[in-house]
Amino acid sequence: MGRTLLVTIQLDMHDAHALQLQEDLSSRIVDSSAKGVLIDISALDVVDSFIARAIANISSVAELLDARCVIVGMQPAVAITLVEMGAKLTGVRTALNVEHGMDLLRLAGV
Amino acid sequence: MTTTEFGAIDVFRSYSDELLSLWNARLTASGAAGDFRNKTGQLKGQTKELLRLMADATQSGQMDNLHTEAWKPVRSFLDQLSDERARQGYSSSQTATFVFSLKEPLHTVLRREIQDPARFASALWEVNELIDKLGLLTIESFQNSREQVIVRQQEEMLELSTPVVKLWDGILALPMIGTLDSARTQVVMESLLQRIVETGSAIAIIDITGVPTVDTLVAQHLLKTVTAIRLMGADCIISGVRPQIAQTIVHLGVNLQGISTKATLADALAVALERTGRSITTHAAK
Repeated sequence: MGRTLLVTIQLDMHDAHALQLQEDLSSRIVDSSAKGVLIDISALDVVDSFIARAIANISSVAELLDARCVIVGMQPAVAITLVEMGAKLTGVRTALNVEHGMDLLRLAGV
Repeated sequence: MTTTEFGAIDVFRSYSDELLSLWNARLTASGAAGDFRNKTGQLKGQTKELLRLMADATQSGQMDNLHTEAWKPVRSFLDQLSDERARQGYSSSQTATFVFSLKEPLHTVLRREIQDPARFASALWEVNELIDKLGLLTIESFQNSREQVIVRQQEEMLELSTPVVKLWDGILALPMIGTLDSARTQVVMESLLQRIVETGSAIAIIDITGVPTVDTLVAQHLLKTVTAIRLMGADCIISGVRPQIAQTIVHLGVNLQGISTKATLADALAVALERTGRSITTHAAK
């Protein structure tokens, strides 16, 4: 979608998937010179601390490569788990759904 | 006690009819039978049924241990009876008196049938033991039923007390009423987050006007809720902070920085509308 990449996570993320995603995404951002990345995690309903950190990492990698990253569609259960774990995901942008995420990217000037 | 002689254990089988009529007469005299919650004949049915079950149970030949298979029908009957009475609003002593009032008829029959004082005393003791155990059993199950009623009411209150209302397109409000504890906050948090997903609302207002006190735990819960809402990509405003509560929060040293708080729900709504790009204007009077 223009200069925005949309990543949809379809199944429960394993540790290896998360690392793979981080590598794939960073090279894709460079290749396509994308300015915005939307990561849709609405199908994700189980998270652990590793996945939480992986999400934060992916987000900061994208920012480093000059692309705004928005995590969209986080499930309530996931949000509660993250809060109980104490993972605040500071610096990560979040939005309710893809539509809101696109709005957020537009506001950020992508 | 030898099996050839008449003893306490035989009294239920041999004299069940007499016991029944004496018992009923006693219940009537004490006024329990006249209670308005009793349907006609219900009490008589219960006494008859209990005596029949006890006669069956004593056939097993022992009456000092109620946790055997033979006494199971008696136990389940008393369970059911206490459960019913707990629901009907009887007091625990009324329920226990039902069982304890069987003592006197038993004494009457035993005194007449057993002449030997030593045997009469031991039979009396056995019967007393049995009735006391039955009474305790009744009280225990009565209390269990009461507790179940309380738990059910608590659950109902929990569900009642967490309404999430839609104030505007994309703006949700949650008026919190009553004391916040961990269990309630959990329910509140879940239902609010769920509604945010369902409606796609970008702003949630938590109104704490109806929360009487805020301690560190409540503040902690509020912080968690706000963080979870933020993680999902929506924003949260806390409204209805009363002066005393504001002072308490400052005294406690709780850090609510980074969370927008407003004094009234109206203020919060105004901010929410502004953030979603709307404004309210007053029309000049014509």
